[in-house]
Amino acid sequence: MSDFRISADAIDQAAELAALEDTASGAVACFCGRVRNHNEGRAVAGLQYECYEELAVSEGARVIAEAKERFGASRVLCVHRTGDLAIGDAAVWVGVAAAHRNEAFAAARYVIDEVKKRVPIWKREHYPEGPAEWINAP
Amino acid sequence: MRGVFVAATLFGLMRIRVDYFAFLRERAGRAHETLDTGAATPRELYRELRERRPLPPGKGLKVAVNDEFRNWDWSLEDGDRVVFMPPVAGG
Repeated sequence: MSDFRISADAIDQAAELAALEDTASGAVACFCGRVRNHNEGRAVAGLQYECYEELAVSEGARVIAEAKERFGASRVLCVHRTGDLAIGDAAVWVGVAAAHRNEAFAAARYVIDEVKKRVPIWKREHYPEGPAEWINAP
Repeated sequence: MRGVFVAATLFGLMRIRVDYFAFLRERAGRAHETLDTGAATPRELYRELRERRPLPPGKGLKVAVNDEFRNWDWSLEDGDRVVFMPPVAGG
């Protein structure tokens, strides 16, 4: 299974963390992006994520390979949700196991930043009032 | 159907599948379509699609051909799958 995955179901963070087990790694850094109840001053009721799965998985795997190469992380995993998410739901999870904390933090930061920039996933915000909108729509 | 396909090939047309996601899917009013086109590049193909669908200008969009990122001047081949992508918004 790829180290970058798209999931239509809730992310099981305990299971993801367990998959990072590595006796040579003294540090584990995890990042979880959750659905918040506001964006740019506007109340948000929920999010919908859609992705181009074939390219998302290959580009996500490239990001993870780069994080390992650049920071010497031993294990890197990332899962991103699709479908309808409620406030507080985990939208994306990144976990890194590395020998030391600096590499672990840096690699986790790199993965979430690059995933947000490069991986073909789109979000649509639903509001308590007014029609839903695609974020970054041209 | 095969006769149509052979005729299209004889006239220099290629059969291309186009997939739409997110904002573009809504604008196109469909998730995908297949067309016989003389467009040689994604740039020409997008120009042709904009004549048929209320799609936004191509500036800021990215292109994939057969599930790989490609530039707007990539040479299309018969049977290719092309995706035009709005700016991503994951995370």
